[in-house]
Amino acid sequence: MENSVEVKKLSFNYGKVEILKNLDLNIKDGEFMVLLGPSGCGKTTLLNCIAGLLDLDEGQIWIEKDNVTWKEPKDRHIGMVFQSYALYPSMTVEKNLSFGLRMTGVEKSKIKEKINKVSELLQIGGLLHRKPSQLSGGQRQRVAIGRALVRDAKVFLFDEPLSNLDAKLRAELRYEIKKLHRDLGNTMIYVTHDQIEAMTLADRIAVMKNGVIQQLDSPKKIYNKPSSLFVADFIGSPSMNFFSGTFLSENNSFSLNKTTFILNEYQFENKPNDMSEIIFGIRPEDIRLKKSSESMEFNIELIEPMGADTLIWLSLENIPFSVRLDVSSEYKLGDVINIEFDIKRASIFDKKSELRL
Amino acid sequence: MNFIIEAKRPKPNMSNIIEANGPKPKHLTIGRIGLYCFILMCALFFLMPLYVMIITSLKDMDEIRSGNLLYIPKILSLYSWPKAWSEACTGFVCEGLRPGLINSLKITIPSVIVSVSLGALNGYALAFWRFKGAYFFFGLCLFGAFIPYQVMVYPLLKIESAIGIYSSLPGIILVHTIFGMPILTLIFRNFYASLPIDLFKAARIDGGNFLKIFFYVIIPMSTPITIVAIILQVTGIWNDFLLGLIFAGRDNQPMTVQLNNIVQVDFGVAEYNVDMAATILTSIVPLAVYFLSGRWFVRGIAAGAIKG
Repeated sequence: MENSVEVKKLSFNYGKVEILKNLDLNIKDGEFMVLLGPSGCGKTTLLNCIAGLLDLDEGQIWIEKDNVTWKEPKDRHIGMVFQSYALYPSMTVEKNLSFGLRMTGVEKSKIKEKINKVSELLQIGGLLHRKPSQLSGGQRQRVAIGRALVRDAKVFLFDEPLSNLDAKLRAELRYEIKKLHRDLGNTMIYVTHDQIEAMTLADRIAVMKNGVIQQLDSPKKIYNKPSSLFVADFIGSPSMNFFSGTFLSENNSFSLNKTTFILNEYQFENKPNDMSEIIFGIRPEDIRLKKSSESMEFNIELIEPMGADTLIWLSLENIPFSVRLDVSSEYKLGDVINIEFDIKRASIFDKKSELRL
Repeated sequence: MNFIIEAKRPKPNMSNIIEANGPKPKHLTIGRIGLYCFILMCALFFLMPLYVMIITSLKDMDEIRSGNLLYIPKILSLYSWPKAWSEACTGFVCEGLRPGLINSLKITIPSVIVSVSLGALNGYALAFWRFKGAYFFFGLCLFGAFIPYQVMVYPLLKIESAIGIYSSLPGIILVHTIFGMPILTLIFRNFYASLPIDLFKAARIDGGNFLKIFFYVIIPMSTPITIVAIILQVTGIWNDFLLGLIFAGRDNQPMTVQLNNIVQVDFGVAEYNVDMAATILTSIVPLAVYFLSGRWFVRGIAAGAIKG
């Protein structure tokens, strides 16, 4: 498939601070790409560079086989949705939607036709004559999405569009955006710090940290085989449990002070040296209740019921860790349970480089 | 603890007990009374001159000469007002303040329109189009706002006479526009800097250029700050004396200059009642501006004119 957006060797500095460093990113035609990372990782800066709202210091941006590095935002065939909605407060919804078309001199009958189409698609037909101040947050964001759609953009950019909404609306609009992508098939680039949004929406996720893409993969791959300690820790809620210890090559095992796990089931990409320091990570759902010769016995220290499932906290050599159990399990504080780690679903990282082994 | 406090209170009469419910009842405290007294005294202090001016303008000269500045007039005399308006001598001509009012309007209206429009455009450029050296330019503006303008009077005079607009209406309008620029740029920039930058970004993506974004997106949002700017400029330009005297020329002397000519008599009798009437007439425009726009003024300041 052809690339819709290409970012080539992009660097961006803010004063003396390097925000983006020599960054490459290719986004395929029709792909839903999510840029995910903690605040300050440069994801919004990258989006603004693609939109042409920031002048980059080095590198190129290509959109639809066109070098747009020096082009104005309006000439890049993009539509953008902002976290703050950014609706023009003095204009009605209709005028907001049509602003871009009016600026480029599209004829009136055509504008009307397009607005009707978009307002039907987003169910905002009844709001056309209201001012943004008379709309709720969810309605405002719908209108903002509509404003991007009206312009027939090739690429849609979303800058944390759902972050200002409450949890229920967020889920609703997330669904709408996913449906829009399914129906329109446009390339979409979506910036968020919310991993649920990233996991649910993305074809591919680019996890960023300090202006560098840490891992670029499908949501499934990122969740199951995180390439670094940072990605493993950032993705997943509740987050992955980590234990820091030593690798013993004679019996292919991981050793904490008193406990040892045999790692025969784990597929190493790079086998560590004997006695090297490693970090063993395992997700709460990859720990099972089981009584066997290899299982360990723990006291329940804390219980967090989360509705669909229940998180119980145990500790192994004074390191607390969580286990995800289905909601039918009825344990009380202090109960003794037997568990077993699913070693083949674990992730192991080198302690120094923090990369996956 | 609660119990002790409860016990110290005088025993409440059973029928008197009111259960706390709804809004807390307001009590007139000593602090409140003091505050009102202070406000009242301030108001009296500032209203005193106005009171004296009004009653003096309504007295005849005999009564004024007999002293008793604060007494209300025994005989109401309306002689001074028409005289101040259309007969008092301002130098060699005796047409009252009427021509001055027209001149002041001719100076103030274009000066306010030009300076506020340019100030808004400057503020917009500085706040949103962060061109190279924008901060330096903004610093210059800040600096300019604090330079006493007497320093620049002579150079400006030379420049204006060199380009041939000295002592004319365009000349004085240009001067007022120049002197209004730093403070107007400053307040508009600060107001625009408080608007969400995303709006501007959205407008750029929607295809607006520098002027289109200004006219279609920014100006419709500028009402409160524009009103503040207009108030500042109207009162400033209307009250100006020095620049009007120097740059306007003999035919365009504003009301303030003519008022001065009425009051500063070198020969004859000083007619205090006429002076007072003329002074009130001259100050009516700025007074009206404040009274009519007070609400907007406060709103504009709250909207970010001062902060930033």
